Amino acid sequence: MTMEEVENGRDDMLIDGIEPKQNQNIEIPEEFNANYLRAYYAKLFPYTDMFKWMSYGNDGRHPGCDQSYVGRREISFTLENDIYTRFLSFNSITELEKAIKEKCPFKIDIGAVYSVDPAKKDAYSQNAFTPVERELVFDIDISDYDDVRFCCSGANVCSQCWPLMTVAIKVIDTALRDDFGFNHILWVYSGRRGVHCWVCDGKARRLNNEQRAAITEYLHVYKGNENSNKKVSLMGPLHPFLARSYTEVLKDFFEEKFIYSQELFSNEERYEKILEMIPEESVTSELRGKWLDNKRSRDDVNMARWGHLKQLLQSGKHKAQGIRRCVEEIVLSFTYPRLDKEVSKHMNHLLKAPFCVHPKTGHVCIPIDPNHCEEFDPSAVPTLSKLLEELNRGGLRSEGEDELENTSLGKSIRYFRSSFLQPLLKSCKEEIESSYAAKTQQSKNTLSW
Amino acid sequence: MEIVRSQRKSSFPSSDIVVPTIPLYRSTPALEVRLEEFELYAVQRLRVLHGISDGLSRGKKPDEIQKLVKDLWKVNMMHPDASEVVNKDIISHFVLRLVYCREEELRKWFLSMETTLFCNRLQLETPEAQRALWDEFGLPYKAVSIAEYESVKDKLNQVARAIGQSSSSADTIFYKVPFEEVPDLVAKRKVFVQKGIAYVATNQVISILMTQYRSHLSKALALTYRKWNSMIREQEKDRLTPIVEALSTSYLGPDYSQPREYAELSLKDIDQVAKRSFPLCMRHLFEKLREDHHLKHGGRMQLGLFLKGVGLKLDDALAFWKAEFSRKVGADRFDKEYAYSIRHNYGKEGKRTDYTPYSCQKIISSTPGVGDHHGCPYRHFSLENLRVALAKMGVGGRALEEVIDKTQNRHYQLACTLTFEAVHGASCDAGVNHPNQYYIDSKRIMESKNNSKSP
Ligand code: SF4
Ligand SMILES: [Zn+2]
Repeated sequence: MTMEEVENGRDDMLIDGIEPKQNQNIEIPEEFNANYLRAYYAKLFPYTDMFKWMSYGNDGRHPGCDQSYVGRREISFTLENDIYTRFLSFNSITELEKAIKEKCPFKIDIGAVYSVDPAKKDAYSQNAFTPVERELVFDIDISDYDDVRFCCSGANVCSQCWPLMTVAIKVIDTALRDDFGFNHILWVYSGRRGVHCWVCDGKARRLNNEQRAAITEYLHVYKGNENSNKKVSLMGPLHPFLARSYTEVLKDFFEEKFIYSQELFSNEERYEKILEMIPEESVTSELRGKWLDNKRSRDDVNMARWGHLKQLLQSGKHKAQGIRRCVEEIVLSFTYPRLDKEVSKHMNHLLKAPFCVHPKTGHVCIPIDPNHCEEFDPSAVPTLSKLLEELNRGGLRSEGEDELENTSLGKSIRYFRSSFLQPLLKSCKEEIESSYAAKTQQSKNTLSW
Repeated sequence: MEIVRSQRKSSFPSSDIVVPTIPLYRSTPALEVRLEEFELYAVQRLRVLHGISDGLSRGKKPDEIQKLVKDLWKVNMMHPDASEVVNKDIISHFVLRLVYCREEELRKWFLSMETTLFCNRLQLETPEAQRALWDEFGLPYKAVSIAEYESVKDKLNQVARAIGQSSSSADTIFYKVPFEEVPDLVAKRKVFVQKGIAYVATNQVISILMTQYRSHLSKALALTYRKWNSMIREQEKDRLTPIVEALSTSYLGPDYSQPREYAELSLKDIDQVAKRSFPLCMRHLFEKLREDHHLKHGGRMQLGLFLKGVGLKLDDALAFWKAEFSRKVGADRFDKEYAYSIRHNYGKEGKRTDYTPYSCQKIISSTPGVGDHHGCPYRHFSLENLRVALAKMGVGGRALEEVIDKTQNRHYQLACTLTFEAVHGASCDAGVNHPNQYYIDSKRIMESKNNSKSP
């Protein structure tokens, strides 16, 4: 592993740490504190489910199981005072549970599965210690959309801008399933300002860095930053993947929701941002002229102006190169998912574990069902204080597992188990059995030969 | 491969009916090789590989590389005896495998140059010859049947149009290939992908062959390395080993990883020097760092390696980054989280291999995202922002319009060269290929101006 990659890992870990505290749009009844967290780890954190997941079926009795597998997984803790320790590893649920309860990490990150136990990496040469498996992961942050949302900025989100995350989930999830054929995909709320995605199919875990980069680039369209103004440039007609994303998700979202919720055409400053993306003077000046005399009409101004723009660009009146795809470019610039590419490209990048608690918001990082992602409301996510309250209230009635099920986290845990973990473990089991059978078959062949 | 003596049998396919013109170097051939040839052939192939490497770092375009490879091959790899040409090809390849198997960095370089060479030679071949290689790899992929073609025809046409080709016709053959095998086609969305299967058109087959070749060579290099360590080095210690060891250092192309001329850049001059002698890409990063006291990873790498290359010493580099970063994240955090990577860039941590400053080509092809400031401003800035930045450098009037014109025609390095000339009032005939070269050329001019002022 190069240190460049290690450092990337660190960058990721810093994401939540670097900025100063900001006021939240989402109300938190009580801030997060270490005692709450300790109680959460003592009573609610789903150790067994997490461990089952990380084992990928290798904790079974089948002779094809790789008993060393789970212990080669890198886990890292970030402790209360921002001290982080990388390259931890755990061989059993008990070890994992003990360490988490003892250290009470503010953040738990999951890294790659290495060739050898990462905790003992110093005993091996550089070459012997390499990542061998890793979920394909994605990280999407609402703070990367600051130039297209006017309701919030930075780490803040509200119901006006969160739908950007919803469409991101839809576009990426569909591509991962339909284009790349992956089945075991887990979406997780990152606790504050975005979503994480874990693609867990065996085939995905074994991708090399070049293949990860290929998928990432395939999914990556938005190329801009504050230095450039055209964020999406399309050379020709859309690739089938983009065409589908555009017609099935993004176009409707943009035209029916987003232009209203962000009032994209309501004043000059905002519509100028859109006109900037049209490289043809004659078009922009015609539109400007039309929009300057602010005569009232019965129609919504956003709808009316978007209508003018589309009509003019698509009328075929202007034949200039580069404006034929302008409408699509505008829609994609505003709504196409913005991925943090580095996170996805390297096997050894760390990513925060599901069911962690975000120290700034107290929100639990719960799974999001991509089939119902529009129902997900970040402000309704269970918080530490709420969960503890529920525990206290129902405390004497139930014990152990049930305790978790009875809180408002119960629904998330049930979803995690039935929609993600069970089907995943089933296919892991099949894979282990069939690759074991193939191996024995092969050794038989060599014997007879 | 036998050196001088020849007894061993080899499995090199000599009985095959189709003999492709490009060998796959599957196993060492049973050939007699004289010691002089051993070395000579290797040196000549090395010239080809270094020529390619140099061309790539100069930002040559695919068709230019194609021509370069053709010329280099003709100059270096021909042989008066036509029947020897293939042998020379094979021998030289195997010798260089020995030379380049011995270190990770060497392996990587060799792998990437040999793959580029292979791919470009392949492009010069007829479809039949390509087809023969396909057969030789024994690739198991199935062609799309006519019935299936009908069901995906629309999508395939859509892809063809998206990449600027005319629609496919029924007689174009498509192969169904796992997407993992054609990462470059997937990354550029040049294929239709469905349920993990990429539909690869006949004219894209080179991509598959390239992947095959690369992975085959990569495995072979690891194996050669093991053999070298376990036996060859010892067995050949009086004969081949010294030749092999000398070969790996026998030629060095332009290398900016160590400061050369005008070495040494001291911290107290850095702001002034940045204004006068940094190319725009570095100047922008430098100013952003001063402004925000932070740069994201891509920016830290691009600027950090550049500064190393122009002679900022490690201690100074640490002091420089710390002064800025500590204002944002605190000194403590800097020491813990960032200092390591700076030392690493200088080869003081980790594997201790030097990182090389980025070439223009590498910078231009990077894709800066939100919050990033690395990349090449000519390529990545909007025209307005570029105008502002150039004005700040003192470029105006006609010169400015010319720079903008080049930029609009996507000649980013030319635009940068014109900027250089406008700023320095002197010509830059070689053009800008590397930010560190920009710097050195600038210093050279500054120096000579100073000298002429005070004789
Ligand atoms: S052309 Fe090269 S030196 Fe000039 S700005 Fe771009 S990357 Fe930097
Ligand atoms: Zn908002």
